Amino acid sequence: MKVRIHVSLKPGVLDPQGRAVHHALEGLGFSGVEDVRVGRLIELEVADDTSDETLDAMCSGLLANMVIENYRIEKAAPAAAREPA
Amino acid sequence: MSFRAAYVTFPGSNCDRDMAMALEKVSGVAPTRIWHGDSELPDRLDLIALPGGFSYGDYLRSGAMAAHSPIMRAVKEAAGRGVPVLGVCNGFQVLTEAGLLPGALMRNAGQTFICRTVPLRVENSQSLYTAGYEAGQVIRIPVAHHDGNYFADEDTLDRLEGEGRVAFRYVDTCNGSRRDIAGVLNEAGNVLGMMPHPERAIEEDHGGTDGRALFESAVRGLVGA
Repeated sequence: MKVRIHVSLKPGVLDPQGRAVHHALEGLGFSGVEDVRVGRLIELEVADDTSDETLDAMCSGLLANMVIENYRIEKAAPAAAREPA
Repeated sequence: MSFRAAYVTFPGSNCDRDMAMALEKVSGVAPTRIWHGDSELPDRLDLIALPGGFSYGDYLRSGAMAAHSPIMRAVKEAAGRGVPVLGVCNGFQVLTEAGLLPGALMRNAGQTFICRTVPLRVENSQSLYTAGYEAGQVIRIPVAHHDGNYFADEDTLDRLEGEGRVAFRYVDTCNGSRRDIAGVLNEAGNVLGMMPHPERAIEEDHGGTDGRALFESAVRGLVGA
């Protein structure tokens, strides 16, 4: 099973990196960008029977720093039944 | 009476030798080097030091991987028993990631690596590590970091201030740290994490000796002198 973990800074935590990217986008002439926050995407390939609790434990224990970050777990849709060859 | 200290070398540590030299110069006893993959610490330690550097290449977040290395289980257990633990720079990052100190160290607000000697104000001169300074004393200690921007929520910051757990503060805004915090103590006072490098201010050849009193305080407090 493919799982994507989206890690983002909590609201209210200043994101200097996002601000620099925002500034650079404006420098390139892109107007109308109101805010930029830079996060991290972690893709995991895990056993199909991996529980949500286990995924949460991975996220809060290592993949995200809960002091400053939030995470969101996105499981890839189960593969459609394959056509026999 | 001999001072028994150990320091941990993680893959990517680069201030471990400086830390060892500082401990030896001040205490007269060479500390024991511990590898991150070890799972046990020597018996009856007076102090454990986590040095600066870029453990595990700063993968994921600075200090995040080191915080879960085998030796950190033993360090946590020792800290819980009251064994003093000093984390400098990356060592501070490791201590926050390991949950031994509150807060987190984020990318510097200016996005740049900061490498210079900065003035620090000693906010708490009662701790094991700072008893050799006067409260309010300004000392000059080098900083060298990219991720030194201390963050904690307002309640935590208020609690740290109220309990006298802010050990050092930057006199001039340095890296965007909340309330200009440069070093914090744990609740029991046996764990100190700080971004500036006291081990780089031990001898005149370093350009200053203001870091020496920190190690002297610890040695005096732990074994008497």
